[in-house]
Amino acid sequence: VSTVERPVYLDAASTAPLHPVAREAMAAALAEGWADPARLYGPARRARLLLDGAREAVAECVGARPDEVTFTASGTQAAHLAVLGALAGRRRVGDRLVHSAVEHSCVLHAAERHRASGGSAARVPVDRLGRVDAAVFAAAVSEPGTALASLMSANHEVGTVQPVAEVAAACAAAGVPLHVDAAQSLGRLPVPAGWSLLSASAHKWGGPPGVGVLVVRTGTRWVSPLPADERERGRVPGFENVPAVVGAAAALRARLSEMDAEAARLRPLVDRIRQAVPRLVPDVEVVGDPVGRLPHLVTFSCLYVDGEALLHALDRRGFAVSSGSSCTSSTLTPSHVLEAMGVLSHGNVRVSLHRDTTEEDVDRFLTALPEVVADLRRTAGVTGL
Amino acid sequence: MTPALVLDCRGKRCPLPVIELARRIGEVGVGELICVLADDPAARIDVPAWCRMRGQDYAGESAGPNGVPGYLVRRMH
Repeated sequence: VSTVERPVYLDAASTAPLHPVAREAMAAALAEGWADPARLYGPARRARLLLDGAREAVAECVGARPDEVTFTASGTQAAHLAVLGALAGRRRVGDRLVHSAVEHSCVLHAAERHRASGGSAARVPVDRLGRVDAAVFAAAVSEPGTALASLMSANHEVGTVQPVAEVAAACAAAGVPLHVDAAQSLGRLPVPAGWSLLSASAHKWGGPPGVGVLVVRTGTRWVSPLPADERERGRVPGFENVPAVVGAAAALRARLSEMDAEAARLRPLVDRIRQAVPRLVPDVEVVGDPVGRLPHLVTFSCLYVDGEALLHALDRRGFAVSSGSSCTSSTLTPSHVLEAMGVLSHGNVRVSLHRDTTEEDVDRFLTALPEVVADLRRTAGVTGL
Repeated sequence: MTPALVLDCRGKRCPLPVIELARRIGEVGVGELICVLADDPAARIDVPAWCRMRGQDYAGESAGPNGVPGYLVRRMH
């Protein structure tokens, strides 16, 4: 008799399960905030109040003024607008963008677009742990013609925290605005100081999908790279999704109130995985910074194992995880993050925990993983190689 | 120095080129070079990473037939 066990979702870094307060707030906002917040009648004013309230809440959470905060359709759109808008606003100063080699693909794609339209972009390398050297980044920023720097708060694939404070100080000294992509850290770690533009994504912190946040500090030159529209102070075109924005703000506030307790609970679970995996599975490389990292995320690569086969095998055992291996990507190219770090890219697994993850879930994963890897290696005839 | 052995891993996806390398490095002498011809872009990351994990020496990249990269490994033990 086989028992069907509860599936274990360990891919919060892709998207976190909806926070219960978001569900409640959205249900209320669907009833009360459906009208056009730009109009002047009663239902419209109610929608406007809800939108303004959400803006104030998010502003408080990120340490900004409400008029600096705008809502976008996604974290990706927020990062695109942050990068391309700041570059457009600083066109007279220069056309050079400086970013790390391990930025999220949305920043790299914005950089590609910038290069395609005649601009230049400098990619700052990372060390084996996935971290930029703040001095190297600072030197790149201080080169003449630098219009913008972009550095993520923490890496989405390996969890390594970047030296944002030091880089921000260097950017301030050079008079260069800094964009911080906080998509993976907002609600998990305190917001770093010193940025001029911040972008984030609600579904990563337990809000609904379809809401990003773009924060542009007062005094930062910014010109929309998109056609004009009066919504969101001219920064983001299109009708605001008020119910989703309200849910996003409620979830962020709840997350911040739980943040320290959650980090204290999840960090030891991740430590356990980091320590147990190399002990239980031969020939595994655990990657990313073991100390300066996100509290909820751990990544490792299993030698001689096909990443896609590993994901499917874990899925059959009820575990949802993701991978940076090339065979799991639509383009069949390995993760640019693992490539920049120079670590094994095949057999890669990213495990990311969330508020519903229990110690038992981690125990079950640590029981299943060695069996799954041994099985795949046996099938491929690579055991003991 | 020319490689003592060339492994043609064209058309093979990772981890297959690395598996082939691990299986056959014993066929070259210590100090000799083995070349892994591979068109899977992941091999560019995984061959040097394998060398690091296995204490072998990654000796760089050379252009093989039709521009397919060859990854050179020096057997150290």
